[in-house]
Amino acid sequence: MLSLADVAHAHGSKAVLKGVNLHLEPGEIGCLLGPSGCGKTTALRLIAGLETLQAGQIYLNGELIANARQQTPPQQRQVGLVFQDFALFPHLTVAENIGFGLRAWSRTERAARVRAMLQLTGLSAEENRTPHQLSGGQQQRVALARALAPRPRLLLLDEPFSSLDVDLRERLSIEVRDILKIEGITALLVTHDQHEAFAMADKIGVMNDGVIEQWDTPYRLYHQPRTRFVADFVGEGVLLPGRVVSDSRVEIELGLLEGVTAAACDGGSCRVYGQGAAVNVLLRPDDIVHDDASPLTAIVERRAFRGADFLYTLRLKSRRTVLALVPSHHDHAIGETIGIRLAVDHVVAFSAQ
Amino acid sequence: MRLTPWLIVLPIALVTLIPVAVVVSSLADIDQEIWQHLWQFVLPELLVNTVWLVLGVGLGVTLLGVSLAWLTAACDYPGRRFFSWALLLPLALPAYVTAFVWLGLFDFTGALPTWLRENWNLTAIPEVRSRGGVILVMSLALYPYVFLTARAAFQGQGRRLLEASQALGLTRAQAFWQVALPMARPGIAAGLLLAIMETLADFGTVSVFNYNTFTTAIYKAWFSLFSLPAAAQLASILIFFVFVLALLEYQLRANRSYAASTRAATAPTRIVLDGWRGWLAAGWSLKVFVLAFILPMIQIALWSGDVFAADFDARYWEFAWHSLLLSGLGALLVGALALALGYAQRLPPGGGLRFTALHFTTRLATLGYAVPGAVLAVGIFIPIAWLDNLFIDHFGAASQILGGTLAVMLLAYAARFLAVSYGPVDSGLARISRGVDEAAQSLGVVGTQRLWRVHLPMLRVSLLTAAALTFVDIMKELPITLMTRPFGWDTLAVRVFEMTSEGEWERAALPALAIVVVGLLPVWLLTKGQDHAIAC
Repeated sequence: MLSLADVAHAHGSKAVLKGVNLHLEPGEIGCLLGPSGCGKTTALRLIAGLETLQAGQIYLNGELIANARQQTPPQQRQVGLVFQDFALFPHLTVAENIGFGLRAWSRTERAARVRAMLQLTGLSAEENRTPHQLSGGQQQRVALARALAPRPRLLLLDEPFSSLDVDLRERLSIEVRDILKIEGITALLVTHDQHEAFAMADKIGVMNDGVIEQWDTPYRLYHQPRTRFVADFVGEGVLLPGRVVSDSRVEIELGLLEGVTAAACDGGSCRVYGQGAAVNVLLRPDDIVHDDASPLTAIVERRAFRGADFLYTLRLKSRRTVLALVPSHHDHAIGETIGIRLAVDHVVAFSAQ
Repeated sequence: MRLTPWLIVLPIALVTLIPVAVVVSSLADIDQEIWQHLWQFVLPELLVNTVWLVLGVGLGVTLLGVSLAWLTAACDYPGRRFFSWALLLPLALPAYVTAFVWLGLFDFTGALPTWLRENWNLTAIPEVRSRGGVILVMSLALYPYVFLTARAAFQGQGRRLLEASQALGLTRAQAFWQVALPMARPGIAAGLLLAIMETLADFGTVSVFNYNTFTTAIYKAWFSLFSLPAAAQLASILIFFVFVLALLEYQLRANRSYAASTRAATAPTRIVLDGWRGWLAAGWSLKVFVLAFILPMIQIALWSGDVFAADFDARYWEFAWHSLLLSGLGALLVGALALALGYAQRLPPGGGLRFTALHFTTRLATLGYAVPGAVLAVGIFIPIAWLDNLFIDHFGAASQILGGTLAVMLLAYAARFLAVSYGPVDSGLARISRGVDEAAQSLGVVGTQRLWRVHLPMLRVSLLTAAALTFVDIMKELPITLMTRPFGWDTLAVRVFEMTSEGEWERAALPALAIVVVGLLPVWLLTKGQDHAIAC
């Protein structure tokens, strides 16, 4: 459906994208996730045609829409856009905003499509209001309806929830995902917020410094990160020094780790590092389970109450710390010694160098 | 061919730059005889008068503007809400109207001194037709510029910083002098520069007072001595002052960021002035309001009533028609140019350096507001006369084609008032984010389609504001109209000038009243724009 091949781009002398490849299947929702300045917005603007492609190719439905020599102008790409600030037309009503891109349609078709969009986004009661009379969440849905109305081949969303309240963000991202799935549209989202990415996307590409470090499902990004950057950027966790014992097993101070899948070292087999090689092992807060019966103990150093659970920072005998997610009825004071147990399904390690 | 912004910006900039260049280049071939005469008999007086005027009016508008701005922006006292918009009303009165009203009232033969002499035998009344009188009248007419910018600056500060400084041990008065005033300095300076530019450009007020400055000297050199070279020479000296001011302003704009960045969203708590302090503040505001607005308004209304029966005839319809025609055409032309100039900023200019150059040229194009009308009149007339002669000599034209036509006047207005229109249009365009453009584009709407369906509807209010401001400015304008109009082609402003130059104050009041009534329109727009600020 959408394919980017070796897309590279520079602003002046500064390289923003250094060879980006990605592929989206029809109906799939993809996401580019990364810190600000990683190049994700530039990638989006290149796909939309708002910036001129310098190197590589972009295909839509197998048709070349941009390479370094020729570019289909944005208005002919049939790519819908939802902006961070929504960019609604302030002088038009909700219905007029949604119908803006349907100029070429017949009057009856247009009216029917606008009505359908209003219904889909739950804005039927608001059709005659102007944007400034709407709440942030409603504006967001108008922007979505406006972009979807002309039945684009692809929908691009640039940080679509960043100007909304946090609690609204989560609810709306699920709602938007449902709407996109009903319309069956292929979409690509850009964000720096992993919760948003997890809630919306089928596939996520974690971007850093102009490249996609890993293109994967949310589950695998969290549990089987291929690079240290991905491990760090997605979710919480600590790195503990350890030693490769065999292809599938790694030893740390808390014991021997053996996962449900083969242990991964820098995204590959641990064999390359050889037996006894020094590595850093990723431990997520859910890899450590509180167990009063366990002979392994640690001292509570910090605690953060999160409602349903506590996030404890625990000091080990080596004075290194790990994180543990513990149900909130296990209320332990700072300085207390508690029993812990390892529950590592996916062993992930990175070279110690 | 691809449309580059230069095709738009460059021709518009030339409308301002050519007259300025013509005037400045007149310094290159100085006529020794003229220069000798000017240097000996004219320049010393002009320089002394101008420096006094600039210093006096500068001090006057600062005192009036800053004190009233602080009171209405940061304090609470009886009538504060009323004064915060009423004190802007004098903007509707051209300074030359205030001037002739004051002369009519306080001159030796005026109403008040006569009454004092007859009833109280008082004769020791200060002469109003003096340097002090001009300075006072112009300060009363021009203080709203400082009031407006200083008030915005004080309001932007919010009360948080004052509370913080009081918590750190400063008294209220110390906090004003050490925190509020220094922070408002860029805003005050911006208004002060505008007021001084207006002072230098003023022609009407100083001619009413017979106070010789460069603008009156240019007029006399041209229309009494019939020496255009002498007029050009004088204009080139005046433009030197303008350059200095324009440079100061440019620097100010560059450094203004810290003042604008501290926008306070918190609701301000005002300093409550109670008891005699409150009445003192109200008294001061009322006094300025009466002297600068109520008194002149009542007087011209009364005089108009006196002379209406005798003086009002068919000629007045002609004056009014000429004024409306000129202002209307001018507002249309200037509005269109401002829109084109603003639109050009959105076209891709090319690389970084070219972007800077484009920005600079745009600034130059809108610099005309700093150039006095008398200077522009000279600077436009000379190349037009040259062109006319060219047509007569080489293309067999029977007489001058361009000189003395409305087209010449409109060109001069365009140069002078482009900035007035460009301001609202530019800020209106700035509110249309790049996202809106891109949204329209992604929905298949580009080019002129986008202009009609998105930009013009979004710019409607800005364009109306721009047109209204320009309309009124042209209506009030005196020197350009006077010097470049077709022979015998009188407008309301010209009528005011002719009556005042004969000392016929009563008969000047009728056309002045018409100008003032129209002039209230943009002031009303301005106070409406302040509504949200006043509401708090």
